[in-house]
Amino acid sequence: MAQPLARAVDVTRRYGETLALDRVTVEIRAGELVGLLGPNGAGKSTLINLLIGLRRPTAGRVELLGGDPRDPARRRSIGVTPQETGLPPTLRVGECVDFVAAHYPDPVDRDDLLHRFGLDGLARRQTGGLSGGQKRRLAVALAFVGRPRLVFLDEPTTGLDAAARRALWDAIRAFHAEGGTVLLTSHYLDEIEELAQRVVVLADGRVIADDTVDAIRGLVAVRRVSLVAPELPPLSGVLATEHVDGRIHLMTTDSDRLVRELVGFGIDFRDLEIRPTSLEEAFLAITDRATTGSLR
Amino acid sequence: MNLVLTHAKYQVLETIRVPIAVIGTTFFPVAAMLFFVVPNVGDNPVAATLATASMVTFAMSTTCLFTYGIGVAEDRTRPWERFTRTLPAGATPRFLGRIINGVVFIFLSIVPVVIVAAVVTEATASARQLVLAAGALLAGTIPFTLLGLAIGYALPSKAALAVAQVLFLPLAVGGGLMSDPNHMPGWLAAISPYLPTRGAGELMWAALTDFRIDPKAMATLGAWTVVLAVIAVWAYRRDEGLRFS
Repeated sequence: MAQPLARAVDVTRRYGETLALDRVTVEIRAGELVGLLGPNGAGKSTLINLLIGLRRPTAGRVELLGGDPRDPARRRSIGVTPQETGLPPTLRVGECVDFVAAHYPDPVDRDDLLHRFGLDGLARRQTGGLSGGQKRRLAVALAFVGRPRLVFLDEPTTGLDAAARRALWDAIRAFHAEGGTVLLTSHYLDEIEELAQRVVVLADGRVIADDTVDAIRGLVAVRRVSLVAPELPPLSGVLATEHVDGRIHLMTTDSDRLVRELVGFGIDFRDLEIRPTSLEEAFLAITDRATTGSLR
Repeated sequence: MNLVLTHAKYQVLETIRVPIAVIGTTFFPVAAMLFFVVPNVGDNPVAATLATASMVTFAMSTTCLFTYGIGVAEDRTRPWERFTRTLPAGATPRFLGRIINGVVFIFLSIVPVVIVAAVVTEATASARQLVLAAGALLAGTIPFTLLGLAIGYALPSKAALAVAQVLFLPLAVGGGLMSDPNHMPGWLAAISPYLPTRGAGELMWAALTDFRIDPKAMATLGAWTVVLAVIAVWAYRRDEGLRFS
């Protein structure tokens, strides 16, 4: 198997008393498009900060292109997105690109890059005068300046409208189609479903799942059994219960058994619906289970 | 080296496009020059030269406090600096770029003072004196750069702004930069040698006139340089530890 572009081996990271990552092992292999998922505080940012060399692990080993990510030479083949709020407001768009380009041996052509990210004609505009969407696209574009092999995209489409998101997805897909490797975090699960092939799920500083998008969905195979009913007795195999608009939603991995139980108890239910869950619901169900699991 | 200049260039560009920052840096010293020095020195060349040296020292110390103190403290809160640390460069080019940026703004702050002195006052200096004065200015810049960096790396940006604003005027007045250094009020003359502005000023006065240096002021300037270096290095390392380790 090819050498992974980036990897964390048995990595633990503490901030004082807080345990941000707990013996995490992850590999990013060449050509992959990996989605990194997890609730806030799960350790996503910490893991990325370790992989891009901003932070050191407390224990364990982090490698980037076979070396230490804190060595600047190792970072020549990666691209990172700044938070869009962080662009220097008085610098022009073209100057931001030129500044980043000065760090790389063979940067991309500025106009090509701006074109690829829908920023044509804005090279002389100060970044403080850009719209939120334009800032976001510039921030993502900066990750691609140095012809990276691996890009880290942290929430790349937050705050973009639907058309701009589509355009950015196309740019990310095009990069991936040419052999580029992507590690992507997102609050939007549809974004991960749309782009990623593999998903790593973090919760409480641990990797609780690392598999294909389909397998993550299948792993939990959570279905939502939705019905209108009076009080329900305790039922087996229910992961979560929600009451919405007079309906009861039961999340379960075994909907057949749940329905048989409902019938067996002679419950007076109506409007029964059984639906497969979205990745978002599946994701919430598995992180929930992991969290309550760790409390026991 | 190229990367150092790249970082310096874009930091200067960033700052120079904020007109108030440029005016703030250049306005105070040249305003003090026009309102306090020009009307008071009359046609006395020694007084004019001495006062110009004081204003140049004032410009340098103020610029160090503000560009390093506030500039560093603000940068530390900005995600852009964090982003630049992910580029294949390391921390050094950005740090050295910041120093060059500071030197550029010190230069911008003293040039108007020197022009006013040359055009409007009787201040004079030989070429040899100018070279000596440049050396004196450089020596005086070191402790004030360290003071600015110590403030910038040790304090959050609002506190850094407050501290810089509280310090710059008392330091200048106490060091004798705002009056005739040879005729200061007694109580002020007593504390003056213990301020770094006094030592930096004395080096300038001695370079340009026949001012006699007070060894006590030189000893404290040296001590300030060492103490501020220790604090600046401590603050820098602490900041690196908090944000990048």
